[in-house]
Amino acid sequence: MEKALKKSAPIFVLPTLIAFIIGFIVPFGQGLYLSFCKFTTVNNAEWVGLSNYKAALTDASFGRSFVFTVLFAVVSILTINVIAFGLAVLLTQKIKGTNIFRTVFFMPNLIGGIVLGYIWQILINCVLTLVEKPLLALNSTAGYWGLIILMCWQQIGYMMIIYIAGLQNVPDSLIEAAEIDGANKWQALLKVKIPMVMSSITVCVFLTLTNSFKLFDQNLALTGGDPNHSTEMMALNIYQTFYARAGALWKGYGQAKAVIFCILVISIALFQLKATRSKEVQQ
Amino acid sequence: MKQKKNIGNYIITVILSILSLLWIYPAFMILMNSLKKESAISTGSVFKLPTAETFAGLDNFIDAIASKGFLSSLFYSLFITITSVAAILLFCSMCAWYITRVKSAFSKIMYLLFAFSMVVPFQMVMFTLSQTADRLKLNTPWTIWIIYLGFGAGLAVFMFCGFVKSIPVEIEEAALIDGCNPVQTFFMIDMHMLAPTMISVGILEAMWVWNDYLLPTLVLDIKKYKTIPMLIQYFRGSYGKVEMGPMMASIMLTIIPIIIVYLAGQKYIIKGVAAGAVKG
Repeated sequence: MEKALKKSAPIFVLPTLIAFIIGFIVPFGQGLYLSFCKFTTVNNAEWVGLSNYKAALTDASFGRSFVFTVLFAVVSILTINVIAFGLAVLLTQKIKGTNIFRTVFFMPNLIGGIVLGYIWQILINCVLTLVEKPLLALNSTAGYWGLIILMCWQQIGYMMIIYIAGLQNVPDSLIEAAEIDGANKWQALLKVKIPMVMSSITVCVFLTLTNSFKLFDQNLALTGGDPNHSTEMMALNIYQTFYARAGALWKGYGQAKAVIFCILVISIALFQLKATRSKEVQQ
Repeated sequence: MKQKKNIGNYIITVILSILSLLWIYPAFMILMNSLKKESAISTGSVFKLPTAETFAGLDNFIDAIASKGFLSSLFYSLFITITSVAAILLFCSMCAWYITRVKSAFSKIMYLLFAFSMVVPFQMVMFTLSQTADRLKLNTPWTIWIIYLGFGAGLAVFMFCGFVKSIPVEIEEAALIDGCNPVQTFFMIDMHMLAPTMISVGILEAMWVWNDYLLPTLVLDIKKYKTIPMLIQYFRGSYGKVEMGPMMASIMLTIIPIIIVYLAGQKYIIKGVAAGAVKG
């Protein structure tokens, strides 16, 4: 079997491999190399060593975007997962219309980040006008909470679906056994259900974590970083360094930021996977 | 005891209904305002329903469709999504089958690279990717699917690998003994068994490509080609007064097809998301 298959390797692997090399491997390698260079296009790169990194790490706006991203990520991961899990628990009870509720809660997921950002910008600006507060463009507190609300609206449905699938896999016999042993509903939830869906929790926390850190479209459309870059997240900050300013140094400088960002996302994701995986139970 | 339970369920239903209304409201608000006359759309009256005086009928929708670029954007978005998803499904399932069935160092390295590419943020490669695309002339809607295949391969191969593992090798071996070559085996046996996974992966990738903003913005020539997300962002970024009525109508026009597809295929979409999460 393996032998026969190996002969036809080019047919099976080459199309994806070539596209993967063009779409990922080459840009990734080049990006890594260019982060040590001064350049405006790929062809006029000049090696400058670590000076891009030095500039990136001492850039106050990059540091500020990091703090903003972390604050955003912590709050959004908590709210999204708690609410999504709560909804999943309610929707796995024996009530009527669960299908309709599931359909409605999932819907915002299908709408793209740019359109979502725009919808919420209109809505939030109108509310702010009614309560006579400054609009989003001048109001960083509203920008922060606006982003949180937007992300909750978009992601809760998705995570809820994953939690529902996890909860439905918990065998009824386990819950019954716990009830016979005298556990009440809360105890059954905390001591039996949650440990049993730990693998869903790992997946959902992983997804919300990486989504929060990589968030770009929604940030661009809702606040665009206004006022004065105070609601700018890391991805948007990197984009602005690349495309919003001029000067030969800037591109290498943005690429260095991108490499730092990439290492940060990967290490946080790995750390989180390790931390929650260790709490999973064998079924 | 039974009555208590009924009351509990009743309360849960009420809470969920209120939440559902809140969930629908933002889209509903856009719909209401897209039916109003331009002069009647102001921050003060946004939450009001259109009245006989302010009701504009479908004028805004007609304006939006007639406006320059809307229909061509719709076409580009559709074309890019269909070609990219088709390419991803065909080539990635083949690749995943190979690297799961052939145990070699090459397969292992490929698998790890694909998994790695899923976590890497797009900003890491955005500049170099757009330059590579320019140089290879992949910067048109007709060829951008190659970029999507390359960048979307990670998730697709990863998911397909998980499902290929659950297909018994014996079936494939039986086909080989009966005289099928590997290509025939794959298309006549595995393709059929992978069909449910194809739907799941297809939906996840289609949601991504259809809504993607940054990749087409950087790769395509924005003056010539705009996808739907690019068009919406372009409208807003342009100077001068934005006409709110047609703007909201075009938002509605981009949402409505998605909702129709969703309602028609929601069983598969929800299953796909759940299955994708388990494997991912």
